[in-house]
Formats: sequence, structure tokens, C-alpha cells
Amino acid sequence: MELKPVRIRIARDLAMKVLATISSLIGIFFLGWILLEVAARGLSALSLSFFTHLPAPPGMEGGGLANAIIGTLLMTVLATVAGVPVGIMGGVYLAEYGQTTLLGKSVRFTLNVIMGVPSIIIGLFVYTLIVLPVGHFTGYAGAFSLAVIMIPIIARVTEDMLNMVPSSLRESALAVGAPHWKMIVQIVFRAAKSGLMTGILLAVARVSGETAPLLFTALNSPYWPTSIGQPTANLTVTIYNYAMSPYQDWQSIAWGASLLIMTSVLVMTVIARFVSRERVQ
Amino acid sequence: MVAFLIIIGIFWELVSNSWLSIKEFGFTYLYNRNWNPVTEDYGALSSIYGTLMSTVIALVIAIPMSLLVALFLVELAPPYISKPVGYAIELLAAIPSIIFGMWGLFVFAPFMADKIQVFLGNYLGFLPLFQGPPMGIGMLTAGIILALMILPFISSVMRDVFQMVPAVVKEAGSGMGATTWEVTSQIIVPFGVRGLVGATFLGLGRALGETMAVTFVIGNDHTISSSLFAPANSIASTLANEFAEAAEPLYMHALVELGLILFIITLLIQIAAQIWLKRISRHLEGI
Repeated sequence: MELKPVRIRIARDLAMKVLATISSLIGIFFLGWILLEVAARGLSALSLSFFTHLPAPPGMEGGGLANAIIGTLLMTVLATVAGVPVGIMGGVYLAEYGQTTLLGKSVRFTLNVIMGVPSIIIGLFVYTLIVLPVGHFTGYAGAFSLAVIMIPIIARVTEDMLNMVPSSLRESALAVGAPHWKMIVQIVFRAAKSGLMTGILLAVARVSGETAPLLFTALNSPYWPTSIGQPTANLTVTIYNYAMSPYQDWQSIAWGASLLIMTSVLVMTVIARFVSRERVQ
Repeated sequence: MVAFLIIIGIFWELVSNSWLSIKEFGFTYLYNRNWNPVTEDYGALSSIYGTLMSTVIALVIAIPMSLLVALFLVELAPPYISKPVGYAIELLAAIPSIIFGMWGLFVFAPFMADKIQVFLGNYLGFLPLFQGPPMGIGMLTAGIILALMILPFISSVMRDVFQMVPAVVKEAGSGMGATTWEVTSQIIVPFGVRGLVGATFLGLGRALGETMAVTFVIGNDHTISSSLFAPANSIASTLANEFAEAAEPLYMHALVELGLILFIITLLIQIAAQIWLKRISRHLEGI
């Protein structure tokens, strides 16, 4: 192999090192830029009425997003209640029963593929599945689409976490005569508890920032979510609508809502990180 | 049982989506560049073009950057720097796409219009790519924001790939007197090239279906322009933007068919990526 003079090789090496460092700095720079900008513009919009009042028409003082906050919470909780058991059970199946079977392998493959399907397509799917037959947008459809997004995430994380539980633990449980299900519930779950929490937190964090599927399912509403069977107000679609509006005060409220969403998502992600680190130690 | 439900769910999704679009325009839909709700003439070409173009811009920016970031994290930085930096880059992935959209529309787009696009127009304006008024929103802005969004995904996979390269191999290179960059470009990258391709696939799938951030900044215009400054649209942005307006059944079905196209594209990419990654892990186990 022909080599260039050492001077050039060293110079090129140095150039690439500098470029690599700059690239990493750019990434951090954008993260900081986004966080600071949202914090700065969002903080000025937050007030007591933001958390307690219904949206006001543009130009009027003192509107809030209380209904959207409640709506988002409701749908996220509903999605979690529906999605977590299904996801965990799926993960248990993959890790404990379907490790090498053809069914297990194809399920794992399918879950990975679903995770890569854009959330807007999930929204469209739920729209054709629920909203069209029912005839109007409902909060249930919103929660359902969020649950569909959560299930594969939780199932895959659960599977990974259960796989980390040493098989000697399983074997000793079986050896003292515990039935298979008891071994899973009392031994494996306990050993993998913080791992399961991580999966759930990550999935909740992921769906609480979702907008596209809600656009097609829960839509939005300027009223209190009296029944979740109706179109349900939520923060993310409100951000979208308000940001696209020409009114300055609505845009400012959208910044407030962005700050709220971003903070909760980041806090959940950091906690998930923290919990899983504890497990490693 | 649970597993079956999920599989059936996917098939149901496919069927219910295509069921709605059966009454469509046939194949002409794919290469018709008109999109006119008034005359009810619909074609997907501008949306497909926008989706692919914004993804290409994103990949062109994100792939080399991710490679460099991964290189920095694995080979250059000491652990006390690479840990927090890697963590910060991963946090970028946790930011919801609507936040990227808000920031993109109100902060980044004006910046693009005032600084970057003026600069590009002045110095590279002879290229048709960089002509037109600097409006801030448009294809280029969407591509850059997409790049930021997929950067953490690609770089974290690339980092894993870099870490999988056995230390002995790297040390052998260094022992021969190779510089860090020579070890990277001639030993690590060829060694992990399959993994790098897999990482790209993942980023590609993300970028194609990204909705909210793109909808905010792409400008939502059904035209195919040679300039990257011009407003455009993507499949996902068209869906998000026009779904609420679609009162006529034909309009609605045209939109759902757009969704079907996007679904098929991402499905194929995902399946390819999964098979590819599985082959890599088998390949690595064999070593």
C-alpha cells in the first residue's frame, strides 16, 4: 500500500478528529438551543390560569389549557392501563415460552416491524377501525392508538429484561417444585422489576409526546372532557392548532404547552435511565 | 394469544387501509402530480417526491455526522466526556417531534431565512437547488430538522457497531503506525460496514414517516420544485394537514391511499432492516 507523507497523514487525522468533535458539539448545541428556547418562551406563558381555565378565544386574557391537560392525562393513563398488561404478557411469552419457536420468532419480528411503522399510520389505522364505524372522533380511539404504539415497545423491553435474569434463578425455582407461572410471577418478575419499570416509563414518555395519531382519533375540543367517548382535548394537538394559528397569544400558549410536554417527557426518560442504571449496578 | 392479536392487528390495518383506497385512480395515482380537491383530481407524486427528497437531505447530513459523533464517542473522548455527551445526544431522541416542529417553525425557520439561505443563495445561487426567495420554511429546513431527529438513532447504533470491533484488531492497526483516522476508515468501518448500513436503514425508516416536525416547516404545497428553498409537502404532512378538511369520500380515500403507500414503503424498509440486522448478528456470532 502506498502511503502519503507522514505530515499529510497526521494533518488529515487531526482534521478528522476536529470534525468529529465539532459534530458532537453541534448535536449538543442543538439540544441546548431547543431546550433553552422552549423553556424561555414557554415559561412566560405559564400561569395559574394556564392550568385551571378553559381555552379563551384569541385576544382574550386568561385562557388556559386545563381541559387539554386533563384530556392528555386521561388518554395516557387509559392507554397505559390497556397497553402495559398486554405488552408485558407479550414480552413474557417471547422470553419464557417462545424463545426459539417459530411463532415466537415471527412475533418478535412482527413487533420490531410495528415499532418502525410511523405513528401517523397507526392513527390512520385506528381511524378506519374505530372512528369511521362510530361516526365521530373519540377519546377512546385516541387512547387505543397510543396503546398500539406502546405495546411493541413494552413487549420488546420486557423480553430483553427477562432474558437478563439468570437461568439459574429459574431453575432453582422449578427445582423446588414451583409451577412455571409461579416461577415467572414470583421469581423472574421480581428480579426484573426495575427493568420492567424502565420499559413502561419509556413507552409512556414516548406516547405522551405523540401528536399524529391523536390528530386522527381524539382530535381536539375546546370543552372539558366530560366523556371520553367524545372528541377529547389534548395538549399535543392543541399545540399544533395553536401554533398554526395567526394569533400571538395562542402561539404563546402553544409554547407553554410545549414546555409542559417536553419537561414531562424528558423527566420520564431521565428517570427511566436512572432506574435502569441502578439495575446494572 | 396476545401475540396473535398483534399480528392480526397489522393485517387488519393493511386490509382496512387498502379497502378504502380500492375505488381509487389505479396506477395513475402514483405518477399524477396534480392534487386538486376542487376538481377531484388526485395524484401522489408531489407527496412521494417530498417524502423521498426530505429523507435524502436528512440522510446526507445525518450519516456522516453520526459517523463522526460515534467516532468521537468511541475512539476520541475519554469516558468522563463521552458518557455525558452520548447521553445528551440520546436525549435529543427523546424530544417529541411536535417540539421539533414548534422550534423549527418559530426559531429555526427565521434563522434559516435570515442567515443560512441568504448565505447559500449568495454563494451557491447558480445551482437551481439554492434559488428562490429565502422564506425559511421549505424542503431544506425540513431536511435539516429531520437530520437532527434521526442523528441520535443512527449514531447510537453506529456507536454499538464501533464498540463491537475487537480491540485486538484496532491495536494491530495502531501498532503498524496507523493514525486514529486511518484505523477508523480502513479497519473499523470495513469491519462494521454491515452494521453501519443497518443503522442507516433505521434512520431511513424514521425519517420517512416523521410527521409533525415536517408538517410545521415544509410549507405544505403540492408542487415539485427544483429549489430546496421552495415549500413542498410529504406524505405524512399532507395527511396531517388535510385530513380534517376531507369531507368528500373521494378526497378521504385519496388521503388514505397516501397513507397506504407510506405504510408499504416503511414496511418494506423495516422488513429489509430486520432481516439485514439478523444476518449481521449471525455473522458476528460466527466470528
